[in-house]
Amino acid sequence: MSSEFQVKSDPELWEKLGMDVPRFSGMPTMLTNAYRGIFLSQKNRPEAMAYFDTMVENIHTGRIREIVDAKESGKPVIGTFCVYVPEELVVAAGGICIGLCGGAQGSIADAEKILPRNICPMVKSAFGFKVGKICPYFQVVDLVYGETTCDAKKKTWELLDRYVPTHVMEIPQMKRERDKVLWVEEVKEFKTAVEKITGNTTDFDAIAGGIRTINAKRAALQRLNSLRHHNPSPISGKDMLLIEQIAFYDEPVRFAKKVHELCDELDRRIKDGVAVAPKSTPRILVSGTPMALPNWKLHHIIESSGAVVVNEESCIGTRYYKDLIEEGSENVEQQLERLTERYMKIDCSCFTPNDDRIDQVIREYEESAAEGVIDYCLQFCHTYNIEAVKLREACEKRGIPFMAIETDYSPDDVGQLQTRVEAFIEQIRG
Amino acid sequence: MQIGIDLGSRTIKTVALQGGSMLSRTVVESGFEPHRQALQLLADHPKARVVATGYGRHLMQQHAELDVITEIKAHALGARHLFPHCRTILDVGGQDCKVIQLNESGRITSFQMNDKCAAGTGRFLEMMAVSLGYGMKEFGSAAEKAEGATPINSMCAVFAESEVVSLKNRGVPPEEIARAVHLAVASRLSAMVSKTGEFTHLVFTGGVANSETLVRMLEKAVGVPVMVPQDPSITGALGAALHA
Repeated sequence: MSSEFQVKSDPELWEKLGMDVPRFSGMPTMLTNAYRGIFLSQKNRPEAMAYFDTMVENIHTGRIREIVDAKESGKPVIGTFCVYVPEELVVAAGGICIGLCGGAQGSIADAEKILPRNICPMVKSAFGFKVGKICPYFQVVDLVYGETTCDAKKKTWELLDRYVPTHVMEIPQMKRERDKVLWVEEVKEFKTAVEKITGNTTDFDAIAGGIRTINAKRAALQRLNSLRHHNPSPISGKDMLLIEQIAFYDEPVRFAKKVHELCDELDRRIKDGVAVAPKSTPRILVSGTPMALPNWKLHHIIESSGAVVVNEESCIGTRYYKDLIEEGSENVEQQLERLTERYMKIDCSCFTPNDDRIDQVIREYEESAAEGVIDYCLQFCHTYNIEAVKLREACEKRGIPFMAIETDYSPDDVGQLQTRVEAFIEQIRG
Repeated sequence: MQIGIDLGSRTIKTVALQGGSMLSRTVVESGFEPHRQALQLLADHPKARVVATGYGRHLMQQHAELDVITEIKAHALGARHLFPHCRTILDVGGQDCKVIQLNESGRITSFQMNDKCAAGTGRFLEMMAVSLGYGMKEFGSAAEKAEGATPINSMCAVFAESEVVSLKNRGVPPEEIARAVHLAVASRLSAMVSKTGEFTHLVFTGGVANSETLVRMLEKAVGVPVMVPQDPSITGALGAALHA
């Protein structure tokens, strides 16, 4: 199948969405080549990865068409940049929630025509996708919902609003009772914003349904991650990361079903002793900042250097799916409160204090039978960068090999990163 | 025979060992096709066991039958061979600097390496020397002669160069600027070493350790003895040879 893999094109659809078609038309080929080199060259991939390969082939076409169809039938389509924005309420309103974080170097030059250079690459990449009109997802959303988790984001939303209606949800940065009160209010306002698009009130049953759907998606990812922790690994870290990334743009019910199918295969693999790397392969936990599509840089370096990534303690990873919302509420008020409680468990470094996260990394380190932690920090992400000091201390105290890296999307530090990752693997091997 | 070959960003170094003692060593410029240079250096000893390290190690592996180890491991092995009890190593090469911590038995417990920025590396010193019109040897001795102390604030190779230009244009003597550049590098390296925790001594390896001026300034900045191998630039190649 690897020779047939081809990211599809649909210039007509892109034209309709107001994209810069001449510029974008080179993208599918670039992605095809990158994907073949990084993913399809892997040995012994699970067969059920075929679905996720298809999702990549259709990333700019098939999935976009589904979203356009939904939108034309009156369903809200909302873009988000953060795991704090409650997608349950979008799904409850019959809508589609798309994670719009940018993970590509290609759109950064577009952003830097307007934004300062020395800010987070993820913010620049996302902003650049919109101003350059080179992201079909960005073109199809009714509105985007930003949040206040970092300075670069919250100030960029003011500018992004010039290109696409941008609402902002205030995320408190402490977890006291009065912060929770604020948060519930913000959740209610978000619900109202979604209802404005549909023209209907999202009622109790609809919210219960939204919670059920997204809980099921997160539970499927939990199951997958726990199977993936098996030693020897039945699936590569790169494939796991890809699935975690697809979770942010796929249809949630179908996605959960496909994840379970993959899980069933991994169950069989574990029983039959089938693995992607021998048991002696050093096992790395990656913690820190998210990796938005198509950011596979660190995982590719790690897995090309003879180790395997066994966990992502990240917004793209466990931070997105480790907690579920308690179901069985009796009224809307209770539903929204429980929803808020679940979201308050997210341990983003924008909170102070945030020692729960340090404990969480250690817990995941143990659960995944990892042998070292690589903390991944996107350049200029001060909160994760500073929190790495505490994480290092916690790891050193327990004798856990730890390495912090700070990088962006550009390829120019790949040589240095490779050396550091290889040396880290040598350190683990002893 | 065991050969270690270190393909660095500026130079290629080889060390040949026979029965644990050094037979030969070479240092040549990397040039445009480092692997050809390297293959030529190896051509005389077709039967030797070879381990490559340095920036070009993977390139070498595409052209010859050999194992590779990282510069970090190579410098640790080399430094430990020369200073059997050392625990903290600072290696400053042409394009990067690293600090390596070892436990009692010589196993690496942690290391740090600069990111893509060239601050504090050999390349940085070279650029500063060029903008002041010095050769590398004179650069150090000029710094020794300086009397005043003009601080250089920027450690970015690009910004520091503009800072040097503006100092020149303010009439600051070049010796004084040379001294400032050395002090700035020493202070940056000292900060990097201090970040790794407690240390009682330092082994300083890599081509930059050839600068006696910098070694003296670094010793003062870190406040512990700094030991430098007789030929610091071949420490990585020696480590690779020991691993072969």
